[in-house]
Amino acid sequence: MARIIVVTSGKGGVGKTTTSAAIAMGLAKKGHKTAIIDFDVGLRNLDLIMGCERRVVYDFINVINGEASISQALIRDKNCNLLYILPASQTRDKDALSKEGVGRVLEELSQEFKYIVCDSPAGIEKGANLALYYADDAFVVTNPEISSVRDSDRMLGLLSSKSRRAERNEEPIKEYLLLTRYDPSRVKSGEMLALDDVQEILSLQLLGIVPESKSVLTASNAGIPVILDEKSEAGQAYEDIVARYLGEERPHRFIDGKRGFLKMLFGGRS
Amino acid sequence: MSLLDYFRASKPKSASIAKERLQILVAHERSFRNQPSYLPQLQKELLAVIRKYVSVDQDAISVNFEQDENQETLELNIVLPDYQQSDKSLHN
Repeated sequence: MARIIVVTSGKGGVGKTTTSAAIAMGLAKKGHKTAIIDFDVGLRNLDLIMGCERRVVYDFINVINGEASISQALIRDKNCNLLYILPASQTRDKDALSKEGVGRVLEELSQEFKYIVCDSPAGIEKGANLALYYADDAFVVTNPEISSVRDSDRMLGLLSSKSRRAERNEEPIKEYLLLTRYDPSRVKSGEMLALDDVQEILSLQLLGIVPESKSVLTASNAGIPVILDEKSEAGQAYEDIVARYLGEERPHRFIDGKRGFLKMLFGGRS
Repeated sequence: MSLLDYFRASKPKSASIAKERLQILVAHERSFRNQPSYLPQLQKELLAVIRKYVSVDQDAISVNFEQDENQETLELNIVLPDYQQSDKSLHN
């Protein structure tokens, strides 16, 4: 049986797809057969971040409607042969998703894969609801920013009430915090919410902090999940996150950041 | 604390303002989230029953739901109108 992970946030632009791509690649690189599904029907982007946009033939909706088999629609990743991508449809809208259809696809994927990563769309509409409905674990991607924290809290409410686990009175979805686009120097100068502030409000198990990093844009420009950029801080942060999720103990990094002598003297303004 | 920070006027940092606003907002939103879905209907029906006997305003009745670790409390608060008024409405 596969473990189903939803990557969610409520708010858009916080790094859900970047995170989904990175952790799916990380899990596969660790030897676990992993599938990643784009739930953002009508606005698919995961294919771009994974660099497989020109290899999309069939999509998630085709599989739900029986127009293609799962094996026809899955795209094997070019960097890791244990990773498969199921792209969203670009021409349909979110109403093409159905609870039963999504359930059937996940069930079939569960036979073959160890992990299924569901990249949720922003918002709290159908796509987002269905992405979380069947989840076992939730990665709540949050920026240290007021509207993102609020939306994350709203998502936590939905995770605990609108999932299949909640409906069946099963053990609740395991929720983890991923604090992304964190800028330690701005935290230090008091212009950005600190990890502790966010934790005081959300009180979730912290899976990791991803510092604001130029390499995220570079990676998405090239269509390579940032976790493969092992030299970058963001890549290392995601590496840590995957290891922690798999049960490894790793000290948290990127909370304090590096500070040069001049910055200490004149204040960090980057 | 940097050298320049030392000379900057000491005003509250924007992050602590953000945190304070969030704490208030999130607490407020969570109190609604945990309410049972029947609450608005219950409030409406209770009001209808009470109005059969006493003439009270819509605002005179409040239903609060609170959740502790191990118990749920439903608090019903009705502000009755002045004695004479209500007396009249009962005996007419």
